[in-house]
Amino acid sequence: MAAPVLSKALKDAGVKISDVDAVAFSQGPGLGPCLRVGAVVARSVSAYYGKPLIPVNHAIAHIELAAMLTGASDPLVLLVSGGHTVITAFAARRWRVFGETLDLTVGQMIDQFGRAAGYASPFGWEFEALSNKSNVLLDLPYTVKGNDVSFSGLLTASKRLLAERRGLEDVCFSLRETGFAMLAEVVERALAFTEKKEVLIAGGVAANLRLREMLTQICEVHGAKLLAVPREYSGDCGAQIAWNGLQGLEAGVRIDVEKSSVKQAWRLDQVDIAWRR
Amino acid sequence: MKKMDMKLLTRGAEAAVYLGDWFGEEAVFKVREPKQYRHPVLDSKIRRLRTLHEASFIAEARRLGVATPLIYFVDQERGEIVMQFLHGRRLKEIINDDVGSGADAVERWCREVGRYVARLHLGRIIHGDLTTSNFIVVGDRLALIDFGLAFYSTRLEDRAVDLHLLDMVAESAHHRVAERVTGAVLEGYREVMGEAEAEKVLRQLKEVERRGRYKKQVD
Repeated sequence: MAAPVLSKALKDAGVKISDVDAVAFSQGPGLGPCLRVGAVVARSVSAYYGKPLIPVNHAIAHIELAAMLTGASDPLVLLVSGGHTVITAFAARRWRVFGETLDLTVGQMIDQFGRAAGYASPFGWEFEALSNKSNVLLDLPYTVKGNDVSFSGLLTASKRLLAERRGLEDVCFSLRETGFAMLAEVVERALAFTEKKEVLIAGGVAANLRLREMLTQICEVHGAKLLAVPREYSGDCGAQIAWNGLQGLEAGVRIDVEKSSVKQAWRLDQVDIAWRR
Repeated sequence: MKKMDMKLLTRGAEAAVYLGDWFGEEAVFKVREPKQYRHPVLDSKIRRLRTLHEASFIAEARRLGVATPLIYFVDQERGEIVMQFLHGRRLKEIINDDVGSGADAVERWCREVGRYVARLHLGRIIHGDLTTSNFIVVGDRLALIDFGLAFYSTRLEDRAVDLHLLDMVAESAHHRVAERVTGAVLEGYREVMGEAEAEKVLRQLKEVERRGRYKKQVD
């Protein structure tokens, strides 16, 4: 499977394997089996062709590609997807976490709700379309703990409303208004605390227009600018790993094969970063 | 209240804070202004609830031996609380000044932070927003503000999450002295809470951090 994918990538890019300087791979965070497949292929290619192996933290890769594409220089970042819900900003060699989810990611919450309603995942686009058809706000738990959010209670209560046969559009609308307001509130808190002048939104949920609208309103109040990752690069993609791998290559980041086992729950604030100041 | 007579002190995420006059006394006017981004029904519910909670928890905390500003007036409809103005500095600034100076301000005040949190917890209160911006050093006393996210609970989980927030602030905003901050906070916390009870909370804190989406790992 890996060989045809690699051949096609090289062909599409119009380069030969000898033009490639290094092999970057996502070492985490993520699902073990998926990470391991990528790591095995990366180790093999690296060893066979004698290219340096570069470990990438996928959460940081999301952020770095989004920062490069939007021209963000020193942003407060909201990374929201099926795998991540974290608010972070760079200081003294690391991406520091200012807020995060205590349980589910916002993407998981939306997808799990979608499955309960009989929709396949990802549910993002249908979720937005269904939400846009309602303006009935049902009562749902709003859980902000300091700078952190918790989505498990919101998911349970939303599923219960479905079981009580409330309209799907109304439940979607209420879930969106409540869940995104929680995210917006913690972003605003981190923004007031850090006094950054840019807010960068990255990850698959960054595509949601209502979330962008809420964040735009917050940025206006605090004199900051909202930057959003372009949609085609918002989901997981190779460009994230490639760009962050290139940053790592130039900064001298390398890893030995023996140390390259995957880290499923790798925190982004555990990574020392040499390419930013 | 006529806002033109008042000076805007800060516009935080939660509220705008003005300095004004309250029957001849210098007073803080904390106003939870409507948030444009929130649905109006949700917005009004959150603002009313937090205003009421904040005023009652501020008063209750003082009875537990945690210094807080005096409440002069509450207007729930407008989301406004009028309270005593504290002449002091935020602990966040004091910690940042202490970095590299070799002074022991971090230890001194962070131990007191730990004692305060323990007094609240023993009094069944979870503050819900323990950041170093919410502790004010007034002369030789420490005061705690911003009780908008406070609630009643004696659950270990809630106590642990309360402390977890402080850990996060230490690591993000005070990363150079993070260990000194958390060490002193825990020392003060154990002192008031008692060794056995504190130990239970700290075990739960490890559980909270373990369960979190992202975990610290040892390579």
